[in-house]
Amino acid sequence: MTDSKYFTTTKKGEIFELKAELNSDKKEKKKEAVKKVIASMTVGKDVSALFPDVVNCMQTDNLELKKLVYLYLMNYAKSQPDMAIMAVNTFVKDCEDPNPLIRALAVRTMGCIRVDKITEYLCEPLRKCLKDEDPYVRKTAAVCVAKLHDINAQLVEDQGFLDTLKDLISDSNPMVVANAVAALSEIAESHPNSNLLDLNPQSINKLLTALNECTEWGQIFILDCLANYTPRDDRESQSICERVTPRLSHANSAVVLSAVKVLMKFMEMLPKDLDYYGTLLKKLAPPLVTLLSAEPELQYVALRNINLIVQKRPEILKHEMKVFFVKYNDPIYVKLEKLDIMIRLASQANIAQVLAELKEYATEVDVDFVRKAVRAIGRCAIKVEQSAERCVSTLLDLIQTKVNYVVQEAIVVIKDIFRKYPNKYESVIATLCENLDSLDEPEARAAMIWIVGEYAERIDNADELLESFLEGFHDESTQVQLQLLTAIVKLFLKKPTETQELVQQVLSLATQDSDNPDLRDRGYIYWRLLSTDPVAAKEVVLAEKPLISEETDLIEPTLLEELICHIGTLASVYHKPPSAFVEGSRGVMHKRLPARTGSGEGTECPDVGNAAGGSAPEAAPSIIPSQGDLLGDLLNLDLAPPTTTGPTPSTSGMQMGGMDLLGGGLESLLGGDIGGSPAMGAGFGAAPAVMPASLNAPVGGGLGDLFDLGGGVGMPMGAYIPPKTVWLPAMKAKGLEISGTFARRAGVIQMELVLTNKAMSVMTDFAIQFNRNSFGLAPAGPLQVLTPLGPNQTIEVSLPLSTVGPVMKMDPLNNLQVAVKNNIDVFYFSCQYPISMLFVEDGKMERQVFLATWKDIPNDNESQFQIQDCHLNSEAASNKLQGSNIFTIAKRTVEGQDMLYMSIKLSNGIWVLAELKVQAGNPNYTISLKCRAPEVSQCVFQCYEAVLKN
Amino acid sequence: MSTSSVTFDPYWLLFSPLTLQVLICRNYKGDVDMAEIDHFLPLLMTQEEEGLTCPIMSHGNVHFLWIKHTNLYLVATTNKNSNASLVYAFLYKVVEVFTEYFTELEEESIQDNFVVVYELLDELMDFGFPQTTDSKILQEYITQEGTKLEVAKTKVPTTVTNAVSWRSEGIKYKKNEVFIDVIESINLLLLFSPAVNANGSVMSSDIVGTVKLKTMLSGMPELRLGLNDRALFALTGRDKGKTVTMEDVKFHQCVRLSRFESDRTISFIPPDGESELMSYRINTHVKPLIWIESVIEKFSHSRVEIMVKAKGQFKKQSVANNVEVRVPVPSDADSPKFKTSTGHAKYVPEKNLAVWTIKSFPGGKEFLMRASFGLPSVENDEMEGKPPITVNFEIPYFTVSGIQVRYMKIIEKSGYQALPWVRYITQSGDYQLRSNF
Repeated sequence: MTDSKYFTTTKKGEIFELKAELNSDKKEKKKEAVKKVIASMTVGKDVSALFPDVVNCMQTDNLELKKLVYLYLMNYAKSQPDMAIMAVNTFVKDCEDPNPLIRALAVRTMGCIRVDKITEYLCEPLRKCLKDEDPYVRKTAAVCVAKLHDINAQLVEDQGFLDTLKDLISDSNPMVVANAVAALSEIAESHPNSNLLDLNPQSINKLLTALNECTEWGQIFILDCLANYTPRDDRESQSICERVTPRLSHANSAVVLSAVKVLMKFMEMLPKDLDYYGTLLKKLAPPLVTLLSAEPELQYVALRNINLIVQKRPEILKHEMKVFFVKYNDPIYVKLEKLDIMIRLASQANIAQVLAELKEYATEVDVDFVRKAVRAIGRCAIKVEQSAERCVSTLLDLIQTKVNYVVQEAIVVIKDIFRKYPNKYESVIATLCENLDSLDEPEARAAMIWIVGEYAERIDNADELLESFLEGFHDESTQVQLQLLTAIVKLFLKKPTETQELVQQVLSLATQDSDNPDLRDRGYIYWRLLSTDPVAAKEVVLAEKPLISEETDLIEPTLLEELICHIGTLASVYHKPPSAFVEGSRGVMHKRLPARTGSGEGTECPDVGNAAGGSAPEAAPSIIPSQGDLLGDLLNLDLAPPTTTGPTPSTSGMQMGGMDLLGGGLESLLGGDIGGSPAMGAGFGAAPAVMPASLNAPVGGGLGDLFDLGGGVGMPMGAYIPPKTVWLPAMKAKGLEISGTFARRAGVIQMELVLTNKAMSVMTDFAIQFNRNSFGLAPAGPLQVLTPLGPNQTIEVSLPLSTVGPVMKMDPLNNLQVAVKNNIDVFYFSCQYPISMLFVEDGKMERQVFLATWKDIPNDNESQFQIQDCHLNSEAASNKLQGSNIFTIAKRTVEGQDMLYMSIKLSNGIWVLAELKVQAGNPNYTISLKCRAPEVSQCVFQCYEAVLKN
Repeated sequence: MSTSSVTFDPYWLLFSPLTLQVLICRNYKGDVDMAEIDHFLPLLMTQEEEGLTCPIMSHGNVHFLWIKHTNLYLVATTNKNSNASLVYAFLYKVVEVFTEYFTELEEESIQDNFVVVYELLDELMDFGFPQTTDSKILQEYITQEGTKLEVAKTKVPTTVTNAVSWRSEGIKYKKNEVFIDVIESINLLLLFSPAVNANGSVMSSDIVGTVKLKTMLSGMPELRLGLNDRALFALTGRDKGKTVTMEDVKFHQCVRLSRFESDRTISFIPPDGESELMSYRINTHVKPLIWIESVIEKFSHSRVEIMVKAKGQFKKQSVANNVEVRVPVPSDADSPKFKTSTGHAKYVPEKNLAVWTIKSFPGGKEFLMRASFGLPSVENDEMEGKPPITVNFEIPYFTVSGIQVRYMKIIEKSGYQALPWVRYITQSGDYQLRSNF
């Protein structure tokens, strides 16, 4: 007799019948009925109506029946919280049962019932079970603390369960230890600053001892926990490594990977000349190779991790190329990963073998695999120079197969080979041209067009070839259109006489008939370039291209370090930081590898990478001076992601549009003649800010010259804007560089930022937040970076600021602490703004009021400064200052000395009164400032100096 | 502080057969909505259409980690940065436990035993943390005949939480014996390409060895296994006769790893009954034990001619049993004709294979098989892959690496005498021949 019969009852009135059976006096019948209920539950029928009847069966000696009732409770308690209370008494009673199995069952189940009222009753039984004499009950209770914490964290803390749990780490039973570690780690994850695990050499030692005794799963919990520890110095690091290495011989792949994680992390601290370092490197290779004999899914995880390990420490597996050769019966996901690793390991020593394999793969039937194999051949050529020739000939062989997707893939990679080795393999162009007609994928078409344009002078019928593409110009993808435009311009510059018509045609197609702003803009730029200065055009369009790098898809180093700390987890499989795919992990500290230390300088390292240690936040201390709770404030900021629908910053129309587009070089020219080219203007107005990306770098640089036509610096007299300075260097922000300045334009304070992506991955989701500051500066809108910022791309953003944010006095007064977030991390920096941008437009005081105020402010509040080497006369100085909202109220000339009386009003209503003494012929001015809040004087003086001298 | 990788959260585990229906599920943690599983099958189907399956898929914040066993999918879901290798290792463990409980893990066995399945799921994992996964120990307190064994179930076997979690106390045998099987599998990739080397060359080869135990020993015996491990002999300074260098060794959890690490001693308290004690990998170049040469000539639109030569390159005294040479043929081949110098050959159309079987293949001998197939005059348009020729075989009383059991010491406090029995077998692993004709 089997249980399957329970699934077959579909009669009418079933619930009613079950109800009767549940209330039957016969034990056997009762049990049968409960089984039927559970069976119905399993297939998704709603049997919650039977709740009271099932709960009535709870008090039984029959363990099997009890388990079934408990199962039912777990499922339905949440939907019937009031009735669930009925079960509490039995739970509490069961927690005292002489049978440890029942005690454990009760405490396990209670933790799974996520009903507040029940949790209150859970505390007492749980406390007892945590101290139970039976380890089976204790290990279950340990997990229950984590469950309870998930439901009501405060309750767990108030009841002191966390301390009891910590005590269990010293339990005599290894399984209890393992579960306590697992539970604590789980809790610690949601409480990043709790320092729950309190990892120190003593507790680490306990964990290492337990490691030898607990089950395979317990070993994983412990190893994963160890990986969060940062040893004090290389000696401690080595001793932990020594005790972890035996785990590499465990049959369970997950234990091995977790051990690899600990070793890869702690190895970072060992000096490279240490013998042990070499030994460890050697020990890592065999277990990694053995992982490839595991089940395919585990192989996949292993391969994704090996991909990281090979990037971090190529020496470990450099001799193991052969084990990554693809087997015919490997699943496709394993094949693709192996291929990736083969390319990473390819070197001069093994390239012949690798190429032979790749060629073999390129003749298989699986399209994706074949494509990747062909691409891999190209990457080998670029990586191992000595093999380039052989790779090219292999690719030509493959092109001869005429298999459509092989040909296309080959052409794409040959383009890269041309880039890497200019003027070497152009003899193959003829063969490539033969296959022009079979190309139907945009990438291949674009690559081919690039080749034709680049080598136009060597291809007799280049114009015909390109013309043939032009016919269906509007049906092509943007990628192909852009490439075609550039290629024809190149052709024209190389063979101007025959191709004038062609270039006219493509320019008009691109500029007049296209809706694509990228294409239109590029068309206009070429057009103007060609019509104003063909020589410059040649320099720009035919400029020497930067060499392409060998490894095209390396993971950015800081990300790689973080991923190494996550070996074995989803992050290591996705090659993304956890914050990219786990909800609610924003702001959670990123893991880092520890710094290498000598044994003597152990004390210097604690700041770095003690993300695991838990106390100090990861924000680099050198960027923001640590200011106690203030820093805490900043770290807890909730950075909202940019909303695309948010208000656009009030940029001043055309000018700003142009600035966003064209980047730094043009900024100073904007006051000039840009209005002279309406077509141009329209183009810019409509274009999104990503345009620089689609232009080749040299083109961007050349634009400066082009626009210089407008002539000279035409900066109107306006508010003083300090030059841009780098606020956040790329090396401190995982490749994001931020520079900027502050400006006051038409009464609006703006933070003008230049974001540059110096990393290798695309950045998105920018957001910005300020810490509390002296004048309540706060962003008035979201940071408008609407398009992803690609590698080497720069974007300029104006952020309008308001002065209604929270206020806190800073030192220096004009210090501003900023947090910028993107998809990679949150970064912090501080910068100082010129206080002049807080000077409001209505700062001109009535003369009478000025006099009265001047007298009214005590003399103690007066401060005097010298401004040296200023060669303006009082008139010019006054004009200049007025541009920055420093208003001259009166002027008096005494004994050849001009006395200027001025007033300033800050955005928060503070008035500053000034007296400026200018003596003809004397470059040194004297300035006296009077203010009710004398702290600002220093800053105001700095502004005077800055304004007058610029 | 972030410790995200320590916990593991496959909140629920379920088995859905191809009928798009969830068979059973267990929500261990409650933070992934039950309804999320509805996204699994559409995702899977999309992937299969694209021919790019991946064992990890995601939908929104939920990640699906799955394996397939016969016609069941075992799926774990998570919305955290879980330890992926732990999840897969656990899913495979679940398959192992259920298979030992129900012989077959399939739709029917789950339905027939759903009460036990629920009980097991409760013991296997708690709140996303794997707990007791040793089926022998589980069987001590979770049984299929629950009612009958009520008495036995009233206490937790101490084994569950013991440091020795794989062996119960109080085991008794009349006759104490240990059977040791040393099995070596040969993985080999031969390349037979006229362009590279007319004689064929070994592209890659390695040996994966396993030591399997069947222990029938009373009490809590301490065992020590001695192998002719080169590293051990180097350590102790003794060097008698042939030794073997093991590239990587993996042990059952019963083996004291730190002891092995320090002095290469394999010491352990064995699980009762059958278990895999250890596995090792040897990278040394192996001479192909069965050498294959093949000529496959395809005359488009008419026929394909196959000639395969097999040669036993092992000691004359040894015999390879159940040798099977599997030669791929075009999927549209028909009317097979075979001629063999020994054994027999047959056509397996559903696998597109010609299979040549030789029951007994003595060392040093050479055999030949010829086959011819007709091909249709209308050519099959579909590109076909070039699957390799594969070979299966088994050679008893012989290890290709030369590894030997030197001793097996059995010490039990009652002081009984026990006999170890050792058996050696070499067999084919991934034994493939890639032919470029």
